[in-house]
Amino acid sequence: MTDTAERVTRESSVGRPLRRKEDARLVTGRTSWTDNLSAPGMLHMAILRSPMAHARITRVDVSAALAQPGVVAAFSGADLADKLGSMPCVWPVTDDIVMPAHPPLAHEEVRYVGDAVAVVIAGDRYQAADALEAIEIDYEPLPPVLDMEAALAEGSPLVHADAGTNACYTWKLATGDFEQVRAKADRVMKRRYVNQRLIPMPMEPRAVLAAPTGPDGELTLWSSTQIPHIVRVLLALTTGIPENKLRIVAPDVGGGFGSKLQFYPEEVIATVVAAKIGRPVKWVESRSENAQATHHGRDQIQNLEIAATNEGKILGLKVDLLADMGAYLMIITPGTPLLGAFMFNGIYKMEAYDFTCTGVFTTKMSTDAYRGAGRPEATFAIERLMDDLAAELGVDPLELRRQNWIEANEFPYSTVGGMTYDSGNYEAATARATELFGYDALRAEQQRRRDAKDPVQLGIGISTFTEMCGLAPSRVLSSLKYVAGGWEHATIRVLPTGVVEVVTGTSPHGQGHVTAWSQIAADALGVDPDDITVIYGDTAQAPYGMDTYGSRSLVVGGMAVLQAAERVVEKAKLVAGHMLEADPADLEFRDGAFTVKGAPGSAKTIQEVAFEAFTAHDLPDGVEPTLHASSTMDPQTFSFPHGTHLCAVEVDTETGMTKIRSYVCVDDIGNVINPMIVEGQVHGGLAQGIAQALWEEAVYDDAGNLVTGSLVDYLVPSAADLPSFTTDRTVTPSTTNPLGVKGVGEAGTIASTPAVVNAVVDALRPFGVTDVQMPCTPERVWRAIHGDGSGGDRAAEGSIAWAGDRTESTAGGRTEGDETGARP
Amino acid sequence: MVKISITVDGERHEDEVEPRLLLVHYLRERLGKVGTVVGCDTSNCGACTVHLDGNSVKACSVLAVQADGGDVTTIEGLANGEWHPVQAAFKECHGLQCGYCTPGMIMAAVDLLANNPAPSEDEIREGLEGNLCRCTGYQNIVKAVQLAAEGGAR
Repeated sequence: MTDTAERVTRESSVGRPLRRKEDARLVTGRTSWTDNLSAPGMLHMAILRSPMAHARITRVDVSAALAQPGVVAAFSGADLADKLGSMPCVWPVTDDIVMPAHPPLAHEEVRYVGDAVAVVIAGDRYQAADALEAIEIDYEPLPPVLDMEAALAEGSPLVHADAGTNACYTWKLATGDFEQVRAKADRVMKRRYVNQRLIPMPMEPRAVLAAPTGPDGELTLWSSTQIPHIVRVLLALTTGIPENKLRIVAPDVGGGFGSKLQFYPEEVIATVVAAKIGRPVKWVESRSENAQATHHGRDQIQNLEIAATNEGKILGLKVDLLADMGAYLMIITPGTPLLGAFMFNGIYKMEAYDFTCTGVFTTKMSTDAYRGAGRPEATFAIERLMDDLAAELGVDPLELRRQNWIEANEFPYSTVGGMTYDSGNYEAATARATELFGYDALRAEQQRRRDAKDPVQLGIGISTFTEMCGLAPSRVLSSLKYVAGGWEHATIRVLPTGVVEVVTGTSPHGQGHVTAWSQIAADALGVDPDDITVIYGDTAQAPYGMDTYGSRSLVVGGMAVLQAAERVVEKAKLVAGHMLEADPADLEFRDGAFTVKGAPGSAKTIQEVAFEAFTAHDLPDGVEPTLHASSTMDPQTFSFPHGTHLCAVEVDTETGMTKIRSYVCVDDIGNVINPMIVEGQVHGGLAQGIAQALWEEAVYDDAGNLVTGSLVDYLVPSAADLPSFTTDRTVTPSTTNPLGVKGVGEAGTIASTPAVVNAVVDALRPFGVTDVQMPCTPERVWRAIHGDGSGGDRAAEGSIAWAGDRTESTAGGRTEGDETGARP
Repeated sequence: MVKISITVDGERHEDEVEPRLLLVHYLRERLGKVGTVVGCDTSNCGACTVHLDGNSVKACSVLAVQADGGDVTTIEGLANGEWHPVQAAFKECHGLQCGYCTPGMIMAAVDLLANNPAPSEDEIREGLEGNLCRCTGYQNIVKAVQLAAEGGAR
């Protein structure tokens, strides 16, 4: 068979921009989105949702719906209450956290607009939707709770009356003595920033198909989810169906961004209803339902104090957060803001850090992880502070950062946030970014425009970032009261014919794992990436996994693939040694073949070994047939990618319109498996972060109605709204994993939001503006310039985002004693 | 019920449909053309874009009865033996991640290039304004359309 002499040395696959193996299906429409699937006898479910933000349900009558054409069944919350259980939250962050019951189908009270109250099951989706209108339901209105600060005040109406409070928890972290550094600091700058509520809006709305598959309660649930493995555990715990009778499949999943890192009421309802009526039941979310009832993100009020010397040395940081939980605690609602708790210090050195987060219930959709999850909020706070502090001190904001950041020779570095940063080179990334950006020339142009009182002003925004990637060491999760682990699994099988199956516990939905895992395994096994199939997203085929979120998949799941591949080679070496009549210790493995050191000409390829292991005719003693191995990787610690982002905006001071003129980012995410995929992740992350800065906001009116309930009102950017980005990388390999990788999925989102807002504020500093609340709409920018508030009001009367008087008190952006908006 | 006759991806179909049936639901649920997807309910996202008599339309904003007598091309009928150059360019330029917007985006891009074979970057961005993508930030979609305009991916 293959002779070493004839073998071409394989080009390394890792590090190359291999075109994606996923794409053939996707560009030709041969897809398997959950809504594409059907099962024999399948029925459609439609859900009646509460039009009230807060009300007591006094009567539900589904009988008229049952009489509608095509309707097979209809259930109120009370009809199914004993079967549905309560939706779980897996991150009770404190011992005394308030964890209210969360019925999947409300039967006593509704607590947000969109809360599910009844379901109809019918022959097709039109019939099901029609029949919803025949359900009779009476509500007794209760007062909505919409503003976090008002919710905590004495006498506020309560979201959960039996809890006796709207405060969910208070969580603290302190290092050093902030009071002491405050006392000795030359200046203490206070700021109040608002991270608005966002709607993740993946392009594929959620969908589920629950199908009873056997006589003993077996059931398969297809779901548009990021977390099929976690859903399996939670569905078993919630419904009482034994876990080993449940199969969960995440087929093609059209984006998630955290919103499908969730265990949803509809997954439980469809499962219970399908089991009850004995037929497959499909539910497909409309976009309006997606806006109302798929979890939201961000929504923090940040009260901040930064203590520094007059020379610009940062001494300490105090962070006091209010984090909107929404009405219920979903899977990691309370923990999401705490993912930022360790990151508010950013890349900077300081002596003291004091962090407090209070979770607050409101009668809105629950918040939970949205791309970045806690870390964008933290980065926004510190990077906005750095720009504002530089302005107060009258120094270049880049210089202030340089003066305070951790230097390349100081890694590994233990931060005031309690993390140990593995590696980084902030100097190198920043130098490259300023070079690509033309920083000095843009500063000169900015000065010219200021001097000329140009109606279109130029603003330059800076943001650095770092984040904790590789969620997560299971012991660390335990110490944070998260109830599960953070490991990841891979199995690799070299089949008798020599092709390879990689089974992964990650659950990709756009990230390109099929291609990237093929590259990792191809190099480790010495096979062609095209000879590798990657199996994922089905608990029957890939039984172990912790799924995909938090920029974890490569650092944890990719490492599991590498380890499994190395174990395959270890085993193959034993078989090859037997085949070559050599001591395995004398073999070397290169380019997919084992050779005896010093004896060229003798070779057994890994494919030949796999066939030998399959026939098992002549295996060495103690070696089991077949060639496969598994690895379950539990990381020991995190990895910390970083980057420097620079944004130039032109702000028309007459209209308030902001236009991004150029955007440069240089990220350092350690080693790279596929640079094309990495660049794509950065682009998409930038778009979402920029969208938070300029366009997107989930707005509830003063009755608790979501007024940004469709893509008409919730402004997901189009191609015409965004510029082309200039991206580059520096490479400082991670020291915490053998691949040297760090994770990239959230980088762009984390860094871009403050870069853009800093640029907008920088453009307006001659007008005395120190903050513009996100999203920096033309109206808010104009108002900030023209002295009508700081632009920090949630919205102005008559505008699309106007939410009535009730939301006014959450207006942010004012500094103590600082009347912003003064004319220059 | 109304009787309609529609050619879809070269195949002629005669059906009786409710007058309110959307073209996208007709394609997906009656004909099994599930390559075309639904992303919103306000015709903002463009995920359902197909060609009707040679022009791109959002199939969620057309009733099946309006397409009576028409010739519809979906993403599934775009390749003629081999991939359309725009399909190849999307793969070559990494113009997709999750792929949910991709069928509509490709159909819109094909129509854009039919009307303007050598578009500038701004013309591409404005021409695709009616199609939303949440993954890519559009940069590689723009590159893909440019590549297809220049003669395509090899």
